[in-house]
Amino acid sequence: MMTLPWLDLPLVWAGLLAFAVLAYVVMDGFDLGTGILFAVERGEEDRDVMVNTVAPVWDGNETWLVLGGGGLLAVFPLAYAIIMPALYPTIIAMLLALVFRGVAFEFRFRAITRRARRAWDFAFFGGSVVAALSQGLTLGGLLQGIKVANRAYAGGWWDWLRPFTVLCGISVVVGYALLGACWLVWRTEGDLQARCRRQAATLGIATLALIGVVSLWTPLLNPVFAERWFGWPGIALTAPVPILVLLLAGTFWRGIVLKHHLTPFLCALGIFGLCFVGLGISIFPNIVPPDISIYAAAAPPQSQAFLLVGAVVLIPMILIYTGFAYYVFRGKVVAGTTYH
Amino acid sequence: MVDIDALFLARLQFAFTIGFHIVLPAFSIGLASYLAVLEGAWLRTGKQVYLDLFQYWVKAFSLVFAMGVVSGLVMSYEFGTNWSAFSDKAGPVIGPLMGYEVLTAFFLEAGFLGIMLFGMKKVGRGLHFTATCIVAFGTLLSAFWILSVNSWMQTPAGYRIDELGRFIPTDYWAVIFNPSFSVRLPHMVLASYLSVAFFVGAVGAWHLLRDRSNHAARKMFSMAMWMAVLVAPAQIVMGDLHGLNTLKYQPAKIAAMEGDWDSEGPAPLILFGMPNMKTEHTDYALKIPVLGSLILTHTLDGKLPGLKDFKPADRPYSPVVFWSFRIMVGLGFLMLGLGLFALVQRYRRRLYDSVWLHRAAVAMAPAGFVALLSGWVTTEVGRQPFTVYGVLRTVDSVSPIGLPGVATSLAAFGVVYLLVFGAGFLFLLRLMRKPPVPGEVGPSSLLPSRTTGITPGPPGGTPQKPSIALVPAE
Repeated sequence: MMTLPWLDLPLVWAGLLAFAVLAYVVMDGFDLGTGILFAVERGEEDRDVMVNTVAPVWDGNETWLVLGGGGLLAVFPLAYAIIMPALYPTIIAMLLALVFRGVAFEFRFRAITRRARRAWDFAFFGGSVVAALSQGLTLGGLLQGIKVANRAYAGGWWDWLRPFTVLCGISVVVGYALLGACWLVWRTEGDLQARCRRQAATLGIATLALIGVVSLWTPLLNPVFAERWFGWPGIALTAPVPILVLLLAGTFWRGIVLKHHLTPFLCALGIFGLCFVGLGISIFPNIVPPDISIYAAAAPPQSQAFLLVGAVVLIPMILIYTGFAYYVFRGKVVAGTTYH
Repeated sequence: MVDIDALFLARLQFAFTIGFHIVLPAFSIGLASYLAVLEGAWLRTGKQVYLDLFQYWVKAFSLVFAMGVVSGLVMSYEFGTNWSAFSDKAGPVIGPLMGYEVLTAFFLEAGFLGIMLFGMKKVGRGLHFTATCIVAFGTLLSAFWILSVNSWMQTPAGYRIDELGRFIPTDYWAVIFNPSFSVRLPHMVLASYLSVAFFVGAVGAWHLLRDRSNHAARKMFSMAMWMAVLVAPAQIVMGDLHGLNTLKYQPAKIAAMEGDWDSEGPAPLILFGMPNMKTEHTDYALKIPVLGSLILTHTLDGKLPGLKDFKPADRPYSPVVFWSFRIMVGLGFLMLGLGLFALVQRYRRRLYDSVWLHRAAVAMAPAGFVALLSGWVTTEVGRQPFTVYGVLRTVDSVSPIGLPGVATSLAAFGVVYLLVFGAGFLFLLRLMRKPPVPGEVGPSSLLPSRTTGITPGPPGGTPQKPSIALVPAE
């Protein structure tokens, strides 16, 4: 059987899965963020516009999360088998929240009574918030380390609930709301756009502050993280990350002040990407901190090679037709009279 | 340690979540193909009725598809949350197949679904039809991979077991095309087609009972009844082949389905009865001599296995399997009966006037789905007490999650699913209650706003930017 001995398969797959998770975070990030902003956008027509900016693409965005889960099972089954039980409550909460939110896309337009519609609007909002919060808790729970014995989770019920994980949860909610606001600045116009721009400004400041706190806290969790960030030669690689974040923050602010449509969104995406790189620096080469590396968790090479062949061919194709779908539904979405 | 109650609840949770889920992709598989046929027929003949039907059913499709996506997302994580030991051990074999399902099917469906639902005016007819066909193809590809995974769990092949107890793939061709895959995949695809045919037929019949002249209702009823009379017999043949395959590879399951305790030949067919796992006897059995051998071996004296051939710890729970199998088969023959009834009425030129035919069709709206679920219960409960048949036991597959954790999540799934999918079902019925009308509008009519510059606006609406590429000249 094919095993591709000249390739460091676990490393390649770690990169590919990191890409899938990042793709998920930025794409579902803005559409969950759109839902989170229902908290402040209360007008029915505005809400319709907001939902319509993401209606044709949300389901593709969510598919990256399925790839993240399915991919982890395929190429790092041990990590999948440890992380899911360890973070059972946050994962189940995320799934249920996404159920509510996903169907709300369909249901809110079909609700006949005002009350039913408000209920599904609330499901859309609540589902988005809880999904974002659970993802942050999951991330925090993973970063702070998972107790493992005999190839299985060996911790308790509430290990995932710590001040640090709660902070991560809140950060993801705020960060997604920022992505959502910037997305709406790009895809809407008029009053809604102007309000979203103001929200983006506030959320941008909040997000940067939270990124700062999480970044300072993370090295305290584990001396290994601190060593990677501040030890030599690591610091030569890590120092550019916060510097680039600040540069992007400056560009973001300029884009807000000058009322650019697309710049804030691109900067917010960039900031998310850099945070992701930062997380990678902290964790790598582990996949389940503090002890399990990508090599220990890897599926046998023949499994990884078999799926890699498909991934190399298919992921570029997926990116092309996903891009095409976004292109078809490009342009500003505006409120209109009913369409008949 | 995991106690048996947590294990039972974990099984119940999986059964509950997948039971809800399976109906939705089956619906999508059948409906996507039907929509592709409708749109193709519209492009070929230019008849408005096909477009009306397409627009009528594509609304139901968008609803069902969204529910399928979210319930499927749950499945892709539930393997880890509740069956982590299984995931660790079998992940190297089945994980890549599920990875291929995501890469080849899910992204394809998701990528083109938006265009299929909302893009008719944006991309032009040819490209829109292509999108519909791609979505339909995606649903079938998804069935291919997930049925391969399921079949491998029933009839594992192409692996070895390493020192950690993990399944290591040695031959992916043998894994994918494992011994029961070639019968299971067509059986499932036909089941999806049949389920949707009966649902579509029921909706058509319901509207015919109100208005015999509704052209679109006549068309959908006629198409559905053709499907019934063609697919039901094909499915019965396929079911027979599936039975022979199961006899060869999973004899304990056959014994449990038949309620046979002692291996014998010629073996009778137990028509009805109540298998009793304690007394090792099927009570109140109504037997037909020799028929069991005839059906399962196609001979008059073929020997059939009995449950006593297997250790008590290796036997599937027969009462469930016995009855779920009979429900499936019974419904299969009922569906064939309705198809034949419709055929007779068609030749008597009474297809659209036969009130009793229409009433029967309405009554049988859920027949396909119930048969499909019963079939899944048969095959999955029949696989017990193993997750990977004969190799990995269910008790050794479960996550180290204690009783309170599983009980809480099960309750949460129960409440959320009943609420969400209950509402979805009501929305679906509400959609179906409206008759299809000439000039039917698609799901975009549900979106009370539109994208500038692309769709035609109402008179006096916002000024339009000139549309750029991909918009057909009209």
